[in-house]
Amino acid sequence: MSALRGLLRKEWFHIKRDRRTATVLVMLPVVQVLLFGYAIRTDVDNVRLAVVDPAPSNTTLALRNRFAAAGVFRIVASVPRTEDLEPLFQNGTAQQAIVFDHDFTEDLGRGTPAQLLVITDATEPNTGALLQAYAQAVIQQYQFALPASPARPASIIVPVTRIRFNPTRESKNLFVPGLMAFVLTIISALMTAISLTREKETGTMEALLVSPLRPWEIIVGKVTPYLAIGFASVLLVLVEARLVFNVPVRGSIPLLLFEGLLYVLVSLAFGMLISSRTSSQRIAMMGVFLTTLLPNILLSGFIFPLESMPAILRWISYVIPGRWFVAIARGIMLKGIGLEYLWRETLYIAGLATVLLAASIRSFHERLE
Amino acid sequence: MSDIAIEVKDLTRKFGNFTAVDHVTFQVKAGEVFGFLGANGAGKTTAFRMLIGLLQPTGGSARVAGFDVAKQAEEVKRRIGYMSQRFSLYEDLTPRENIRLYGGIYGLTLAQIRERADAMLQRLGASQIADTAVRSLPLGWRQKLAFSVALVHQPHIVFLDEPTSGVDPITRRQFWELIYDAASRGTTVLVTTHYMDEAEYCDRISIMVAGRIAAMGPPADLKREHNVESIDELFVQLARPAA
Repeated sequence: MSALRGLLRKEWFHIKRDRRTATVLVMLPVVQVLLFGYAIRTDVDNVRLAVVDPAPSNTTLALRNRFAAAGVFRIVASVPRTEDLEPLFQNGTAQQAIVFDHDFTEDLGRGTPAQLLVITDATEPNTGALLQAYAQAVIQQYQFALPASPARPASIIVPVTRIRFNPTRESKNLFVPGLMAFVLTIISALMTAISLTREKETGTMEALLVSPLRPWEIIVGKVTPYLAIGFASVLLVLVEARLVFNVPVRGSIPLLLFEGLLYVLVSLAFGMLISSRTSSQRIAMMGVFLTTLLPNILLSGFIFPLESMPAILRWISYVIPGRWFVAIARGIMLKGIGLEYLWRETLYIAGLATVLLAASIRSFHERLE
Repeated sequence: MSDIAIEVKDLTRKFGNFTAVDHVTFQVKAGEVFGFLGANGAGKTTAFRMLIGLLQPTGGSARVAGFDVAKQAEEVKRRIGYMSQRFSLYEDLTPRENIRLYGGIYGLTLAQIRERADAMLQRLGASQIADTAVRSLPLGWRQKLAFSVALVHQPHIVFLDEPTSGVDPITRRQFWELIYDAASRGTTVLVTTHYMDEAEYCDRISIMVAGRIAAMGPPADLKREHNVESIDELFVQLARPAA
């Protein structure tokens, strides 16, 4: 009988016999999916706006300046054709676009209705709705300010709006990817830290360290069951989201699961690092809450849009793995995009996982010195 | 294996500028019950941890069961058993499951584990509690089980770190019968304790003071040499200058 199998078996007993924790682990994601059915949004600013202007003129420029001066928008790109918008939306460079009709200037001058298309990324539904309202307000103000002319009736610019990625603007589509990050963090980081420090408290860790087991065997034996549970939870959340809320997965499910695995590794490593710095379950729990759970929830864009955060928090959010995982999960599930757009995020999480795992294994070894 | 179970020479461990164990030298013969005494902070635990491979020595050497603890830790670990004052049993597992876990860790086959578990439980008279969670067993039972589990792979040497702390005198006496039983079957026993009456049960003892061995030998000889009535008296006499 392999020693490792014995370890895994024993860990499984721990989980099975601790009914309350086991129930929490299983019920948490299920209940959270229902609870987060309606997520709360707040204001936005610093909206990344793209402009499609096939025939630039003073008129279109004036409207563009209105947008730029509104304080909410930042023009990130100006392209000649609508097709050029596609990659901008896919990789998140643009959140919103205004598309001038080719004959916009002439139509406006002639007094015939001038077509203007407003496209909004509604991956975050409430943000999307707000962006749309802002854009329409800017267009309306511009229209009011036009010099009156007998040839022109009152309302002449016809803004057509279109929603991208999440046409029905449903927040459930948005929160499920975030929730996956949340559940994975809790199970991987919290449970790993607690179960490791519990063994320190009861003195059984010492018995394992004195045994011929190698450190990697102890780590794998401790961590694998929680990895399996984390994975099962992700599947559970996906299935529930699909069945109850009809949330789509437009991209590749294997890719999503692979990214989930990377994120689980990062969280596990966090849990291990924290448990190596403390010997009490309570402190480990607080440590995980403060260093892992809270930042990953608050600064990942899961609940509060990153766009409306102060610059300093936005900067901090760049190092939070949850932020990147949420971006990846939203990209795969809602936009249906693949590694060609997500490789940077993936690389960051993979790199972080490697560094943290190495550090946590190292700190495990140091205990033996 | 030779009849020297533990051979320690000039063993030293420093933590920064502080020397916790200072050139300690001693030998323990196979089948001996060797008591390791010392006030808190005397370096007893540090020396103990180096012998079981939890701590690297800064200097000197220690051979346990014929292997160097610094260079052949794996070989040493395979041949020793260990029981701490916290008993190291998993409380949510039953005695039988604990035996199976540790048996597996030490590379026993399932058949071996089953056979030894039955024999062990019968010897302890614990067959009726074999499938009760350790959590709900009295302290005395847990202690005896922990000791037996530490012996499940039939180690050459068993290290007991304050195995009787917090246990009543009758249970302690019963526990020492288990220790003698193991020693009579050839297992070397190295035990740390704070109970001076227990020191009298050992074949030989060493008393550590400020990182060095202040006295070592059979309890009766030590009492005679230092002209004291009890080990308790000797301990206080030796430890006082350091305090």
